[in-house]
Amino acid sequence: MSHDPRALPEHPEWLWRTPEPKSSYDIVIVGAGGHGLATAFYLARQHGITNVAVLERGWLAGGNMARNTTIIRSNYLLEESAALYEHALRLWETWPDDLDYDFLFSQRGVLNLAHTLQDVRDSRRRVFSNQLGGVDAEWLTPDEVAKICPIINTSSDTRYPVLGATFQPRAGIAKHDHVAWALARQCDAMGIDLIQGCEVTGFVTSPDGDRVTGVHTSKGTINAGRIGLAAAGRTSVLTEQLGLRLPIQSHPLQALVSELLEPIHPTVVMSNHVHVYVSQAHKGELVLGAGVDAYNSYTQRGSIPVIEHQMAAAIELFPMFARAQVLRTWAGIVDVTPDASPVISPTPIENLFVNCGWGTGGFKATPAAGWTFAHTLATGAAHSLNAPYALDRFVTGALIDEHGAAAVAH
Amino acid sequence: MLLIECPWCGGRDETEFGYGGQAHVPYPEDPHALTDAQWAEYVFIRDNPRGPYAERWVHSAGCRRWFNAVRDTGTNDVKATYPIGARKPVTS
Repeated sequence: MSHDPRALPEHPEWLWRTPEPKSSYDIVIVGAGGHGLATAFYLARQHGITNVAVLERGWLAGGNMARNTTIIRSNYLLEESAALYEHALRLWETWPDDLDYDFLFSQRGVLNLAHTLQDVRDSRRRVFSNQLGGVDAEWLTPDEVAKICPIINTSSDTRYPVLGATFQPRAGIAKHDHVAWALARQCDAMGIDLIQGCEVTGFVTSPDGDRVTGVHTSKGTINAGRIGLAAAGRTSVLTEQLGLRLPIQSHPLQALVSELLEPIHPTVVMSNHVHVYVSQAHKGELVLGAGVDAYNSYTQRGSIPVIEHQMAAAIELFPMFARAQVLRTWAGIVDVTPDASPVISPTPIENLFVNCGWGTGGFKATPAAGWTFAHTLATGAAHSLNAPYALDRFVTGALIDEHGAAAVAH
Repeated sequence: MLLIECPWCGGRDETEFGYGGQAHVPYPEDPHALTDAQWAEYVFIRDNPRGPYAERWVHSAGCRRWFNAVRDTGTNDVKATYPIGARKPVTS
């Protein structure tokens, strides 16, 4: 091992096979991102189902799993959300040992800044809600914020002064691609087929179209007992072939990194009000993100003004960042729902299940998405954690409105 | 950055515009007659195609008028813009 704290861990010698698809599986998962892989992992681990294929049109974890800003936290307002994301965080805390793979999980805490009196009220309400729900959370004054993250400008002489912040000490970051590789390695070891370069082009259905029995792919037809979609921004393109319309709009979500810098930023800082979130990755680059581009798009790129806006916000909060250089920017396609909460659910089509609608916040939930989607696929019914996240909530009106905790800042 | 042709002002940068989502979604003629599922469809569900998409924009920093556009969501090419109330043009 190197003594340089910024050095990346060594890869294990063996990661995964490159199998050809079999003609049939008990369960086929579409999408080998974090959620698809975590679902396969828990299908094998929790339910003993290993006759499973995970199909990926590109390469493993090449979509949003490689494009997010790696923030992990569970400080959501509503009970349904806090339960799901806290379940995820507790699993994250077990994964470094459980997956036997170092993915640099770093619980360095997250500050969610408040810049207006309404922000202060909403933030303190969220802290109280978190404390009642068993999620670690506290309210900090500007002086306490400055102690945790000295590089934030906490002076009152700014356009949007920092009036305080919520702090979740157990929140943090991880190295996202290593998480995917860790999951893939475990899935492969348990006999699951991870098939890259295999695009799903259509579905095999019963004559009346009420039931799916397989998928057509660029590598031939594959029969499946059950099919789980974990395809994020491309979910609608898949389901429209079945006439199934979902409450999803696909948007570009951009992020950027600076060049490598000495360690200067000790935690994760998010601000809904000025629209930016910032952490410093293990190797030293500042990682910044903001909100989605307003328009629908499947192009994995966004508009420069969105980047300019988030950098202006970042420099307002962190004046020293004015001297940093942008190394690169990119975008992923995120699947946004009307209530900013996901859908983990059976569908009106028998044997078709969806895990989608995670929008801008799917990475942090990877373990819980896998846990609940595996349960749903294995048993045909929702786990108690994802029962509120059914597709029919848009008909019943039982929405899980997390715009306050989720809409911009992830 | 998108370059969008306002039907009244001509081509302008995307930053002058606001986005309004899918075009040609009429308010239900008889709202009381709708089932909960039909309401959900009207309120929450919009098309989300990869390809040509008819959508609404407003020229907020210009003439402040709404209009419609057909844009390819797979390439971001704006194929056509046209006034509210006009038929969706045929685009290739």
